[in-house]
Amino acid sequence: MSDHDDHDHGHDDHAPVADGDGPPAAARVRALEALLVEKGVIAHEDVREGIDWLVSRTPADGARLVARAWVDPDYRQRLLADGRAAARELGIDPGPAPVLVAVENSERVHHMVVCTLCSCYPRGLLGPPPDWYKSLPYRSRAVSDPRGVLAEFGTTLEDGVELRVLDSTADMRYLVIPRRPEGTEGLAEDELAALVTRDSMIGVAQPSAPAAVGS
Amino acid sequence: MSYRPGQRVRVDAREHQGHHRTPAYLKGKTGTVERVHAAFRNPETRAYGSDGLPEQPLYLVGFAQRDVWPDYPGDPDDRLFVDVFEHWLQEAQ
Repeated sequence: MSDHDDHDHGHDDHAPVADGDGPPAAARVRALEALLVEKGVIAHEDVREGIDWLVSRTPADGARLVARAWVDPDYRQRLLADGRAAARELGIDPGPAPVLVAVENSERVHHMVVCTLCSCYPRGLLGPPPDWYKSLPYRSRAVSDPRGVLAEFGTTLEDGVELRVLDSTADMRYLVIPRRPEGTEGLAEDELAALVTRDSMIGVAQPSAPAAVGS
Repeated sequence: MSYRPGQRVRVDAREHQGHHRTPAYLKGKTGTVERVHAAFRNPETRAYGSDGLPEQPLYLVGFAQRDVWPDYPGDPDDRLFVDVFEHWLQEAQ
């Protein structure tokens, strides 16, 4: 840090790096963590491990479940019956939430997930939720005007499709199995998984279309 | 488990001071039990350091959007599904 010494302003060597004032919530979390560590409830290492686990998860994990369900009807049934067991079957740790419920879109039904009370989300399969998922406008409008929200994501449902919004208020975590796009009959499972976007597993979008042949 | 799938239930409209997982927009609304999940520790006492016991049965309850929002702008068949603990439900006619 010797190249740091030519600054005019003095600062404590032990101060956090480039922290600024930060939002009040961040200061509160730091104070809580410090207290919990001081009281021996948790160790700093536990917090670090938790963060490492969370950021190690990505929507690619959930996409593997969806792609397998598209190609294997027996697996699809197992995923619908018990999401946690189906994740473990593919070597994926489904995380701490006690129950993972997979819901399937069809020609007649489209599902969309929200947590109006906070930000419940299948983090073990999708990683940290996007900021918009935690925002007040999404959380309130996803239940009161879900088709308006879908339109803002560029998603329009075909006539006659029933829209089902799931508000995950308790111990359940919901994962949407989107419809398999047309024109994907010849694709391998890993190619299918690449089409399964995070937003399609939240239910605000459809999966990506396959690239045109020869492109 | 007091309720079974297909049964009509009403969400209690009572006020509750402190942490609870029943959204305000649902209070007093009537829906249909879609699934019986399982019993889970009660978040209303767990939030304050208790063990959350006894466990409370949790249900997935489906509501017609038009029963929840009188001015719902979407399709008449659209529905809203919410997880509700048993002690917030009562039998509806």
